[in-house]
Amino acid sequence: MPVAHMASIVPISKSVGANRIIPTVAIPHPLGNPALPREEEVAVRRQLVEKALMALSADVSDQTVF
Amino acid sequence: MAYRIIHYINQFFGGVGGEDKADHPPELRAGAAGPGLALKQAWGDQAEIAATVVCGDNYCVGHPEEVAGFIGQALDKYQAQALVAGPAFNAGRYGLACGLAASAAAARGRVSLTAMFPENPGVEIYKANTFILPTADSARGMGQAVPAMAAFAIKLLNGRRLGSAAEEGYIERGVRLNTFHDEIGAERAVNMLMKKIKGQYFLTEYKMPAFDRVRPRPGVKDMSRATIALVTSGGIVPKGNPDHIPASSARSYGAYSLEGVDDLTGEDFQTAHGGYDQTFANEDPDRVLPVDVLRCMEREGRIGRLFPTYFATVGNGTAVAHAAQWGGEIGQKLREAEVQAVILTST
Repeated sequence: MPVAHMASIVPISKSVGANRIIPTVAIPHPLGNPALPREEEVAVRRQLVEKALMALSADVSDQTVF
Repeated sequence: MAYRIIHYINQFFGGVGGEDKADHPPELRAGAAGPGLALKQAWGDQAEIAATVVCGDNYCVGHPEEVAGFIGQALDKYQAQALVAGPAFNAGRYGLACGLAASAAAARGRVSLTAMFPENPGVEIYKANTFILPTADSARGMGQAVPAMAAFAIKLLNGRRLGSAAEEGYIERGVRLNTFHDEIGAERAVNMLMKKIKGQYFLTEYKMPAFDRVRPRPGVKDMSRATIALVTSGGIVPKGNPDHIPASSARSYGAYSLEGVDDLTGEDFQTAHGGYDQTFANEDPDRVLPVDVLRCMEREGRIGRLFPTYFATVGNGTAVAHAAQWGGEIGQKLREAEVQAVILTST
């Protein structure tokens, strides 16, 4: 099954062999941003997960950064 | 006084027979046999082969504990200080058998050594337990293997402090040696970098693990009917970390229920990860494991369903071999549950 790797350091995702890579916000809060108001933070998270779903729907032939 | 050594060989080199005799149970013969005759000659009066264990490859691989016990008894009976096995070249089961025999001797406090082709499966499994010298892939390499094994066995028996695998010629064991350098780390690193820039040869002091590659799987056709699972190396666990996943060098992963969980809160979940500032994840664990938005998407029909169990470990100095094993196990479970896709989050 396809796997989307959501992480902040793309070179690591690549070196460990992830095929669908979604760059995220920061190491301690990949899917959030504590500097933003709650609603905006959730919107950022939603955007990133939406991107992951697109990556999971896409056919890729090699390691791809979305 | 000469060292006493037990030599381990298979049914073929012991002259019992070929594949049809691979079920031959272990047998103890006094003195040297087969390739042991050449070892004996190479050792001269430094060491003697007190006895030879001859065992069928299938028997050995099928009865590892019994053969290990047999080897222990042989070592005791002859008061031998060492066991030398093989060489096994690229014979897979013989390589496993030699690794097993040498490991059994090492576990009993004896010096142990075997030799085989570097890609023999015995290498990966036993290299940490015993010393393995590299050989050619077939018995044509016997002429080089025997003197190397003989000399290395004496080196080990003499108790000389060994250098690195590259210096001594054995297959890397994954054991780090402490050594002193005249130059400090910063100088060595800069020198290495200069060599790298100039395209010159340099030797790393910290090899990176080799990761495998997986062919990308096809994309999900209909996301609105797909079951999506969450997996994380970011250490999100139920409050109190019930499985005691360590903050670093984790040796396990956990499977946790998301049944009835709409939103991860700091009251019920936390991070167990010791490699990043935990403040933000403990405040709102959705920042690492996005359960809240996936639940929204589930309600809206953007995805079919969020799989009701998520898997978590701490990716912080975690051994690649462990991680690869867990990945395989988790993948298997998700496949059996007919999950269509995975979101894996890492910190």
